Amino acid sequence: MATTHTHTNIDTHHHDDHDHEHHEGNFWTNYIFCQDHKVIAKQFLITGIFWALFGGILSVIFRLQLGFPEMSLEWLRPLLGGWITPEGKIDAEFYLALVTMHGTIMVFFVLTAGLSGTFSNFLIPLQIGARDMASGFMNMLSYWFFFLSSVVMLSSFFIETGPASGGWTVYPPLSALPQAMHGSGLGMTLWLVAMALFIVSSLLGGINYITTIINMRTRGMSFTRMPLTIWAFFFTAIIGVLSFPVLFAAALLLIFDRSFGTSFFLSDIYIGGEALANVGGSPILFQHLFWFLGHPEVYIVLLPALGISSEIIATNSRKPIFGYKAMIGSMLFIAILSFIVWAHHMFVTGMNPFLGSIFMLLTLIIAVPSAVKIFNYVTTLWKGNIRFTSAMLFSIGLVSFFLTGGITGIFLGNSAIDIQLHDTYFVVAHFHLVMGSASFFGMMAGVYHWFPKFFGRMMNEKLGYVHFWLTFVGVYMVFFPMHYIGIAGFPRRYYSWTNFETFEGFTDLNTLVSVAAILTLSAQFIFLFNFFYSIYRGRKASANPWKSTTLEWTTPRNPGHGNWPGEIPAVYRWPYDYSKPGAKDDFIPQTIPFSETQESNLPHENELIKLETSNGDGAIVVEGSKH
Amino acid sequence: MTTLIVILGVALVLVILYLIFKISNLVSIARAKTSVDDVDSSNGIHALLFIIFMVVGFTGFFWYSFAHFNSYTLPIASEHGAWTDTLFWITMGVTVVAFTIISIIKFVFIYQYQYKEGRKAKFYPDNHFLELTWTIVPALVLTVLVFTGLKAWNDITSPASENAEVIEVIGQQFAWTVRYPGKDNTLGDVHYQKIDAINEFGLDLTDNKSFDDFKSLELHIPKGKEVLLKIRAKDVLHSVFLPHFRVKMDAVPGMPTQFKFIATKTTAEMRDELSNPEFNYELACTEICGKGHFSMKMNVVVDTPEDFEKWKAEQESWLKQNPDYLKNVPAGLRESAILKAGIPEEAGVTYLEGVKAAGVGLN
Repeated sequence: MATTHTHTNIDTHHHDDHDHEHHEGNFWTNYIFCQDHKVIAKQFLITGIFWALFGGILSVIFRLQLGFPEMSLEWLRPLLGGWITPEGKIDAEFYLALVTMHGTIMVFFVLTAGLSGTFSNFLIPLQIGARDMASGFMNMLSYWFFFLSSVVMLSSFFIETGPASGGWTVYPPLSALPQAMHGSGLGMTLWLVAMALFIVSSLLGGINYITTIINMRTRGMSFTRMPLTIWAFFFTAIIGVLSFPVLFAAALLLIFDRSFGTSFFLSDIYIGGEALANVGGSPILFQHLFWFLGHPEVYIVLLPALGISSEIIATNSRKPIFGYKAMIGSMLFIAILSFIVWAHHMFVTGMNPFLGSIFMLLTLIIAVPSAVKIFNYVTTLWKGNIRFTSAMLFSIGLVSFFLTGGITGIFLGNSAIDIQLHDTYFVVAHFHLVMGSASFFGMMAGVYHWFPKFFGRMMNEKLGYVHFWLTFVGVYMVFFPMHYIGIAGFPRRYYSWTNFETFEGFTDLNTLVSVAAILTLSAQFIFLFNFFYSIYRGRKASANPWKSTTLEWTTPRNPGHGNWPGEIPAVYRWPYDYSKPGAKDDFIPQTIPFSETQESNLPHENELIKLETSNGDGAIVVEGSKH
Repeated sequence: MTTLIVILGVALVLVILYLIFKISNLVSIARAKTSVDDVDSSNGIHALLFIIFMVVGFTGFFWYSFAHFNSYTLPIASEHGAWTDTLFWITMGVTVVAFTIISIIKFVFIYQYQYKEGRKAKFYPDNHFLELTWTIVPALVLTVLVFTGLKAWNDITSPASENAEVIEVIGQQFAWTVRYPGKDNTLGDVHYQKIDAINEFGLDLTDNKSFDDFKSLELHIPKGKEVLLKIRAKDVLHSVFLPHFRVKMDAVPGMPTQFKFIATKTTAEMRDELSNPEFNYELACTEICGKGHFSMKMNVVVDTPEDFEKWKAEQESWLKQNPDYLKNVPAGLRESAILKAGIPEEAGVTYLEGVKAAGVGLN
C-alpha cells in the first residue's frame, strides 16, 4: 500500500480549491480510509498487482514440477519448508493447493477486484462526469472488505494443514470433508470466509457502480453517449450483483455441511473407514450453484477488459469504434446469455443429458455476439492511423487472445466433443487464453493508458514495448502447446503423468511451457519497475496525452477530490468523434458543442445545435464552463 | 558461497539493466525535444513485428499440427469415439479456416494502417449490412455444428440396450474397483453403510442377485458388444476417463451415473496397430479427488467376445472368496447363496454347521 503515498508530490492538487469544499484530511483519511474513488482505485490496483505477482509465482512453482519432474527443488525449502518432501519434490497435496490458490487468486483477486475494482472505480466518475461515486463510504468499505478478504486468504498459506486444495471450484465432498485431504481442513474454512468477505466487497462495489452510472451522469451524458468502458462496467456490475449472492449461498451451505452436520451436498459417503451419517444431499447441486456464479464470472472478468480495449483501440486507431451500438448490443446479449449457459461446465458430471443438450444450444449462441465483437475490433483497425502505444499493443494482444481462446470454446461448448476434452489441458488452454490472458492484457492496457490520469506522469513506453512483446509471445508459448497436450487427453490437476502409459509423451512440450512461463513471469518485473519508477520519476503527463475525446482528460493533470475544479463540463456528443471529416483535429472531445464544429457536423447533428442552448437534450451550455 | 555469487551476479545484472534504462531515458528526453511527440520512432517496428509474429506463429502451428499429428492424437477404440472425433475434426476445420482468415486480416490491417504522418483515418462508425452479415454467418455455421453435436450427444446418452454388458466401476481415494454381475447378469443391491474393509462394494447380502457378483482388478470388456458402465463413488467425486474410448463420466457419491459404449478393437489388435506389444488401455481419474488423484489408474483389457465369456467364467464370486460373509445372508437364502456363489457344497455345509455351532449370525 506504500505507493499510494505518491500524491504527496509537491506538484499536485494545490489549485483546486474554488467551488467545493477541499478536504485537508490527515494521512489516515487521505490514503488509508479514503473515500475518494481515485484513491480507492489505486488501492485496488496495488493490491491487485500484489496478488497477480503472488498468483504468478504460484504458477511457476507448479510449472517447475510439471516441466522439470526430475529437478530437485531443495532450494525452495527456505520458502516452502515442509511442503518440499525429503526427496526434494513438491508435496503432491501442496501441488493441488498451488493450483487451487493460483486459480482463486487470479480469477477473483486479480481479474475481478484488481481489474473491475480498479477501473470501474477510477473511470466511472471521471468518464461520466461525476464528482465521486454515489456512496464514497460504501466504496471505501468495498475496498476494506476486499483487503480483509485478502488477509484471510493469505493467512491460509501459513497454517499447518495448508491452504484450500480442492481446486478453485471447491467441489464437495472433497472440500467438505477434512478427512479427504489436509487442505479441506482449516485452509478451506479460511477460503470460505475469505470468499464471503470478497462477495460482500464485490456487492458493495457493484451496487455503487450501477447507482453512479444511472444517476450521476453529467449534463448531456445520455446513455448513448457513454464510452464503451462505462457500458462494460455497467453490465459487469449488474452481472456481479445478480450472480455473486448465489456463490454466497453455495459457500454458506458448504459451511453448514462442513461445520454443522447438514447434508446439502453430502450423501452416501464412506471415507476413512467409516460411513458418514449424511444422506440425501447432492454434490451436483453445489456445482449448479457454483457455476451459476462461475460462468457469469467469466464475463465479469472479461467485459471490463473488452470495454477498456474498445476505448484504447478507437483512440489509437484514430477512428470511431466500429458499430458502437452493436458493441453495446453484443455486450448486453453476452450479459444475458451468461446466466443461462452455466451447466456447460457440467456435461459429464452425471447431470441429466437432456439438460446438457439445452445448455449446449445456449452456449454456442454466445459465440455469435463474441464473434461480432471481434469483427468490430478488426473493422475499427481498417483504414485507421494506428499508433502503437503500449496500451494499444496490449489491446491488440487482447483481441488476439480473445480470438484464439474463443474459438476453442466452440469445441468445448459442444457436449459430444466435450466428453473427451473435459478436464484436460485443452480446457486449461482455452480459458487461460480467452479469459485469463485476454483480461490480464485488458488490465495492462488500462494501466498503461490511464497511468497519466492515475499519477500525472507517463510510464516509460520503451519498457512497455519490451514488456508487451515478451508477455505476448510468452503467453502464446505457454498456452498454445497446451492444446496439443489436451487433445492427447492429458488430464489437468495431475501432479505427474508418469503413472500412465497413455500420458507418457510431451515431456518436451511441458518443459517448453514451463520455460515460457518463467520467462513470462520475469517479464512482469519490467512492468513492476516501470510502474513504480514512473509514479515518482516518470515524465510529467500533458493534460490529454493520447488526444482522447472522453471526459477524464478534461480534468487537471492531478485531479483533486471532486475531479473538476470548477463546474463539471457538459457533454454534447458521443465519445468517438475521431478523424471526423472536415474537423481541424483528428479528435473532437465530448465537451465541444456541435455549434462550434459546424464544419464537421453531420446533418442530424446540425439539428442538435438548437437543443444545446435549451433544455431539450438535457444538454445546456453553461456560462463559465470550460468551453 | 555459490548462493552469494548468484546473488551478486543477479544484482550486477540488475544494476547494468538499470543503467541502460537511465541512459536510454536520457537519450529519449533529448530526442523528444526535436521530434514530434505524437508517435515514437518504433511505431513501424511494431507493425512489422506483428507480421513476423503472424508468419512465425502460423508456420509453427501448421508445422507442428501436421508433423506431430500422431503424437497428439490418440487412436480411437470405440464406435461413438469415431463419431465425436469426426465432429472434433470438422469443428477444427471450420474454426481453423475462420481463425486463419480473421488473424491474417487483423495483422495485415495492423501493418497496413500503421501511423503515417498527414494521413487521416476514415470516419466509419457503422455499416448495417456488414454487421448483419457477420452476425448471421457465424449463427448459421454454429447452428450446423450444434445440431450435428446434439444428434451425437443424444445418441451417446440414450438408454443402453437390454442385453448390454453391465459393469460397475467404483471410485474411491485413490483406486478403482470393478464389479461384474456374475452369471445372473444382474448387479446385486449395495448400500454404503454395509461397506467395510472386506466388503468394499457394500454388497447387500439380503439380495440374492448379489451372491454371484465378482470383483476384478482389471476392467475387462468385450469387443463389439455394448457395455454399460454403472459408475459410483464412495468418498469424493472421481471421474471415469477411458481416453481411447472417448468415455468420460463423473463418479458421484450418492448419485449413480452411467455411460454406454461399444469397444471396437481388442487390446491385441491395438498392440498390432501401434506395433507396441506393451500397449495397454487405461482408466484414469479426471476429477480432482485428493493427493493421489494423479495415480488413480486401472488397466483395461478388451477381449474378443469368446475370450471375455471365458474370462468371466473363470472368475470367483466375491462371496466365495469371502465365505465369512455367509453369516450376513438371511438363513432362508443361504442354500441358494452357496449355490449361486459357487462355493463347493462340502465347504459350504461345513461352514454353515460351524456357524450354527458357534450360535452366531442366526437371524
